[in-house]
Amino acid sequence: MAAQKEETYYYVPGPSAWPLVASFALLLMAAGSVMAMNKIGMGMPTLLAGVVVLLYMMHGWFAKVIGESRAGAYNKRVDVSFRWGMGWFIFSEVMFFAAFFGALFYIRTISVPDLSSLENAMIWPGFKAVWPTAGPAFKEHWDAMLPWGLPAVNTLLLLASGATLTWAHWGLMKEQRKQLIIGLFLTIVLGAIFLTFQVEEYSHAYSEMNLKLSTGGYGSTFYLLTGFHGFHVTLGAIMLAVMLFRSIKGDFSPKHHFAFEAVAWYWHFVDVVWLFLFVVVYWL
Amino acid sequence: MNTATTTAHGNFSAHDDHGHEPGGIMRWITTTNHKDIGSMYLWFSFAMFLVGGCMALTIRSELFQPGLQIVQPEFFNQMTTLHGLIMVFGAIMPAFVGFANWMLPLQIGASDMAFGRMNNLSFWMLPPAALLLTTSLFVPGGAAAAGWTLYPPLTIQQGMGMDMAIFAIHILGISSIMGSINIATTIMNLRAPGMTLMKMPLFCWTWLVTAFLVIAVMPILAGAVTMTLTDRHFGTSFFNAAGGGDPVLFQHIFWFFGHPEVYIVIIPGFGIISQVISTFSRKPLFGYASMVYAVAAIGVLSFTVWAHHMYTTGLPLTAQLYFMYATMFIAVPTGVKIFNWTATMWGGSLTFETPMLFAIGFIFLFTIGGFSGLVLAMAAVDVQMQDTYYVVAHFHYTMVAGALFSAFAGAYYWLPKWTGHMYNETMGKVHFWCSFVFFNMTFFVQHFLGLAGMPRRIPDYALQFADFNKISTLGAFGFGLSQLLFLYNVIVCIRGGEKAPAKPWDGAEGLEWDVPSPAPHHTWEVQPVVK
Repeated sequence: MAAQKEETYYYVPGPSAWPLVASFALLLMAAGSVMAMNKIGMGMPTLLAGVVVLLYMMHGWFAKVIGESRAGAYNKRVDVSFRWGMGWFIFSEVMFFAAFFGALFYIRTISVPDLSSLENAMIWPGFKAVWPTAGPAFKEHWDAMLPWGLPAVNTLLLLASGATLTWAHWGLMKEQRKQLIIGLFLTIVLGAIFLTFQVEEYSHAYSEMNLKLSTGGYGSTFYLLTGFHGFHVTLGAIMLAVMLFRSIKGDFSPKHHFAFEAVAWYWHFVDVVWLFLFVVVYWL
Repeated sequence: MNTATTTAHGNFSAHDDHGHEPGGIMRWITTTNHKDIGSMYLWFSFAMFLVGGCMALTIRSELFQPGLQIVQPEFFNQMTTLHGLIMVFGAIMPAFVGFANWMLPLQIGASDMAFGRMNNLSFWMLPPAALLLTTSLFVPGGAAAAGWTLYPPLTIQQGMGMDMAIFAIHILGISSIMGSINIATTIMNLRAPGMTLMKMPLFCWTWLVTAFLVIAVMPILAGAVTMTLTDRHFGTSFFNAAGGGDPVLFQHIFWFFGHPEVYIVIIPGFGIISQVISTFSRKPLFGYASMVYAVAAIGVLSFTVWAHHMYTTGLPLTAQLYFMYATMFIAVPTGVKIFNWTATMWGGSLTFETPMLFAIGFIFLFTIGGFSGLVLAMAAVDVQMQDTYYVVAHFHYTMVAGALFSAFAGAYYWLPKWTGHMYNETMGKVHFWCSFVFFNMTFFVQHFLGLAGMPRRIPDYALQFADFNKISTLGAFGFGLSQLLFLYNVIVCIRGGEKAPAKPWDGAEGLEWDVPSPAPHHTWEVQPVVK
């Protein structure tokens, strides 16, 4: 009886107001964004208020989760749920990036050749289907981003960060807290350097290469793909920082550390997205 | 920090909320209970159904006669757009998530959903999205008016109502992804001992496939509307040929989401119908395994047919041929399902309570919708039918007589379990027959209008279409009013009526009938063992 109860037992959290706080934050952020994009003065303050409420919610909600974890509420079965949940979540993220990769492939292999075809010769005379292009109507001079400068360095940085993270995980498994903490710290530093280089790359592109969001199909796909990736790196780095903080506080044991693993999964996912980006956005 | 309670043997009680649950409105705001959340989903979706229905009636009122009588064309377009968005994302999808919340833990013998707090969050994200959509009617320029499919370049040109629709879609998308992650995890991890995958009731199977589809394609829609947003405000050229993009690109991305989406809307209904047909035929479902494989096949195939919505966009001939054949291929697993339902009834001792009436109505009318889908799948024919009322008739046969009828079947089937009372059977039957007759009156004639060439999404039409439009509008009002009967029946059922036994249907099978009616707040805290 006791054995069966242990096996089938499942922790269900008690009532919580955090979900409502979260949905209120989303409402503020959505309404604020709409107003800001339509040049209504209240927009930015509303958006920022939404972000503040969201951060407050995350702090409170996650603190509760960490508290429950420390108190031992999450047994093996809850742990399996977390694994399924994180796996499905990363799958949804893959599909989000797939939409933008799909747009890039479509523009390169279908719409640009089509615009230079005989059918469109009257509308866009002389337009040649070569990639990179900013489209037939874009007349200013601009340069595409070359792969073998900062982007290649960034690739190495992210690959190295994957290695340091795995090293940190080994430290956790061997109960060598120092290795765990140093590994996590190095991973965050590598991520931060990556982001700094991305910012540098963007500012260089804007100020000297005339490569902007408005630089036709190339600019659109370049900035949205690398931008959403950079956003995910930022989120991953924040999550890693929380893991570092928890590691210093003494959380996690070799058998019980799915929060760490989930962040590692996420970080590796972001890594893989970058490899695809490097090949199809920068290189080919 | 830690409010969890420990039991005598040093373990956590299965429910953290025993004994200190807040009352009143705070119960609903803070709940992590799958039954409370399921009820909120169902009530919310019904409210949205009425809102979207009023918009449909506005459309039908304007179309009662040729010429412009009641609304301006701009407002008419806003009505068609919001009607579609609200019905798909606000009414039908949340309704089935409500069913899943209520029934999945009961059916697989789990104490609750896998992620209780996230479950509550996925519900509470719906009201902000609904607020954004409905208030967008009152901002300068009005609501989005490009149709629920949101095709550029119209979407690039419209006012801030379009931005509100985009953010509403983002929030609804996050909500349904969270809901689906929760459902998929619950099914994979929380089944009772002995409840193998191939022993699950079909409703669980259909939701597992649906959850996969939602998680796979809602992010694609998020990508599509994000590109629309950046094209509108940040100078990108995804859908602008001058920059090397293409408006047709949006249609590809949208329908890569959109075709799986139509199966997201109908597949949980397949599950409900399978269980209802089996119960009232007093026979096990014919071909359970083939049903499971058919649903999975439909789910996979749904990713391969999207461009049959785009035959008139100048696709190459080979692409048209491929999408035509791939689309027709879906008729095979769908045919398996229709055959199995019919074979389940064959030789059964049938009774015709309201859920069974809706289920049989579903099979009859959904098959018509399926056949008109086959007609539209033929590229050469579709060139004539694109954007006519034939298309409107086709998808309302699948969305209303399909998804909505199966939701009604499910609601009547499980109302005794939810409320502890039997609903009024006579009123239920009147509701079915009114819905059935008025539904056909509204939409059957639209096939003729479409074949004769009446275009959709236009508030005015040529004189020769007047008679059928009159019939359709009268039918629509009849259908709308019939639904108030359902609302009344449900309220009466909640407040009282004949006490329902634990298993009110003698042919029913499944763990949900082993718990008392109404189902207590906490069920299956000790999981049953399935033999």
